[in-house]
Amino acid sequence: MQITFVQPYPAIQQEDRVKYQPSNKGEHLTHSLPEPDEDKPGSGTVGKPFLDDPRITCRHVNVYYGVKHAILDVSLDIGRNEVIAMIGPSGCGKSTFIRCLNRMNDTIDGCRIEGEIKLDGTDIYAKNVDVVPLRAQIGMVFQKPNPFPKSIFDNVAYGPKIHGLAGNRAELEEIVETSLKKAGLWEEVKDRLNQSGTGLSGGQQQRLCIARTIAVGPEVILMDEPCSALDPIATAKIEELMGELRQQYSIVIVTHSMQQAARVSQRTAYFHMGDLIEVGLTPQVFTMPRHQLTQDYITGRFG
Amino acid sequence: MITPGIIMIALLLMATTGYYLGVRRSVAAAGGRRLIRNLHSRPTYYGLLTALWCGLPAVTVFSLWQFFDTQVVAHLVISQLPAEIENLEPSHISLLLNDIRNVIARQGSLERIDPALQAAAEHYLHLQRISNTALFVTIMALSMSALVVVRSRINKGLRARNHVEGIVKGLLAVCSTIAVFTTIGIVISVLYESLRFFQAVPVTEFLFGLKWSPQMAIRSDQVGSSGAFGAVPVFAGTLLISGIAMCVSVPIGLMAAIYLSEYAGKTFRAIAKPLMEILAGVPTVVYGFFAALVVAPVIRSLGVTLGLDVASESALAAGLVMGIMIIPFVSSLSDDMINAVPQSLRDGAYSLGATRSETVKHVLLPAALPGIVGGVLLAVSRAIGETMIVVMAAGLTANLTLNPFKTVTTVTVQIVTLLVGDQEFDSPKTLAAFALGLLLFVVTLVLNVIALYVVRRYREQYE
Repeated sequence: MQITFVQPYPAIQQEDRVKYQPSNKGEHLTHSLPEPDEDKPGSGTVGKPFLDDPRITCRHVNVYYGVKHAILDVSLDIGRNEVIAMIGPSGCGKSTFIRCLNRMNDTIDGCRIEGEIKLDGTDIYAKNVDVVPLRAQIGMVFQKPNPFPKSIFDNVAYGPKIHGLAGNRAELEEIVETSLKKAGLWEEVKDRLNQSGTGLSGGQQQRLCIARTIAVGPEVILMDEPCSALDPIATAKIEELMGELRQQYSIVIVTHSMQQAARVSQRTAYFHMGDLIEVGLTPQVFTMPRHQLTQDYITGRFG
Repeated sequence: MITPGIIMIALLLMATTGYYLGVRRSVAAAGGRRLIRNLHSRPTYYGLLTALWCGLPAVTVFSLWQFFDTQVVAHLVISQLPAEIENLEPSHISLLLNDIRNVIARQGSLERIDPALQAAAEHYLHLQRISNTALFVTIMALSMSALVVVRSRINKGLRARNHVEGIVKGLLAVCSTIAVFTTIGIVISVLYESLRFFQAVPVTEFLFGLKWSPQMAIRSDQVGSSGAFGAVPVFAGTLLISGIAMCVSVPIGLMAAIYLSEYAGKTFRAIAKPLMEILAGVPTVVYGFFAALVVAPVIRSLGVTLGLDVASESALAAGLVMGIMIIPFVSSLSDDMINAVPQSLRDGAYSLGATRSETVKHVLLPAALPGIVGGVLLAVSRAIGETMIVVMAAGLTANLTLNPFKTVTTVTVQIVTLLVGDQEFDSPKTLAAFALGLLLFVVTLVLNVIALYVVRRYREQYE
């Protein structure tokens, strides 16, 4: 287990800071930094939101809940084999944003999404896209562990069953075993696969949910505060697991713990009131934030 | 003149006085309004404690007195009457007592009354007055002494709140046992009458007999069949009609519930759900009209065009309409139960790429199973207990058949026909109704136990 503690923040040059102005559509932040380029989309964001070889590209994403404008013109790339952390105060839109990535917001009444989100170059909001295979490609783990009230085996086998991933019982068992192994739960549950998934401890339940997600063979895993209901030991196990899963998947994690973001992620995105304020490499965001709001948040002045 | 009503009002006044005296006493014990915090409980509790002690024992004595008073007075009156009356049969004595009470009630009427009876009535009234006065004195004494004792005990340390809570807890327990004892009482009374029936008709004949024809001679000079009490055709009819009703209501109700909770928009749901619940409020007689005047003729004419032999009153008509009637029981409860499944489980299924229908089938229905079975059970008991629709649409003839186009009868309908009109309560014909009721009770109980077992075995419990 590798735990990197955040270094004391070095003095930040005052001129590097950018004053906050909420960026509505078309109206961009005024700042003196050379990047990002004013002409490029999403230039309301400080730092490096774009990558050369992205897995998911989001451009000018706006989300409305009825009349409430929840996400304001967010543009962001999510790379391959990276863990990207979304941080920010409660209600800032982090969860709403990641729920756009697998179209989970479709299930919410009155939710409207504008903009473009592409997975491997395909627009996931295009008319001919079916959400069922999309959600199999982009798995999700929730804040509160939500295993189905079925046996451990059936919990993991559910996804492969509905997508017809296993030809026979032996293949299904193999998928279940590998998924549980990848989620680091196999040793703990291999003798009681027929017991109910809800009987496990909180940390085990969350790893069961991760195994369930992996079993479908996704490319991206979204994690919405996966450790907020867990104790420190279970949290450490899941963080360690994320490091391993990164070899194979892209992981987007929403977290309220800045230590956790610093420990597990390569890039960090800071949201504030629906605005994507700053994106950058995690060490840079935590040690040398460029935006005043990011600085205030990570030093604990609010949030 | 002192009547029980006046006694109750006096008692109420006593309790109210007790309340105020208790409050005042406690405030005084605390040393004034400002020092109330020195008391163990709020002054209200001291008041309540006093009032309860004033009231409860007196009310208990009052009810016991009322219960025994009538019998004691009656006994005294009878013993005053001439000796030849005393030797009469108990039923005649009770008739006589009724006469005496009638005389009292009809005071001043011009009717000529037997002087002996008149004297007895006056004696009765006299005794009643004495009894009421004695009761008044006793209760007031009891209440007042309770007031004095409790009031003298009030001090800073008296744990009035705990005492009051204890008494209230006791009252709640008494209320909860009332339902239990009523059930036990019903069972015992039905059981008692059934045992009398089984003295006339062997249990085996009742349980396994294939012929139901309860008509028998009531008087010895009447000509009538000797009666056959085989319950099998009647129960078969009940099961047939309930079965048809369940075949209609369970699929329709469940699918309606799934649509309402998972697919329908908010506005549709807000309108459709109350409308469906109105269906449950339609009186069953109205359903009976509908079944007898609309559904049964339609089924008959349909059957005729298909070349089937359909009776004008058929099990199918009654079953179909009954099924419609109990749809709300299934749909409303199932809908609530499906809605109660946590959103996180839906999210979990959707995030794996499950479709709506997969989510419903694999996640929501198993999780909501106990509630759904509960709704179905309620519907089954409604179907089994339903009488009106069957009387009007299915007929009265006890046919042992599984053919839904024939006329059949049900247990409840037979109970009604057996007990309607002038009856003699020692003839097997009448007593058969109790035996049917008992058997019906046992059958429903067994069904409930089975359903509970099924639920416990197959449910998927979520937190």
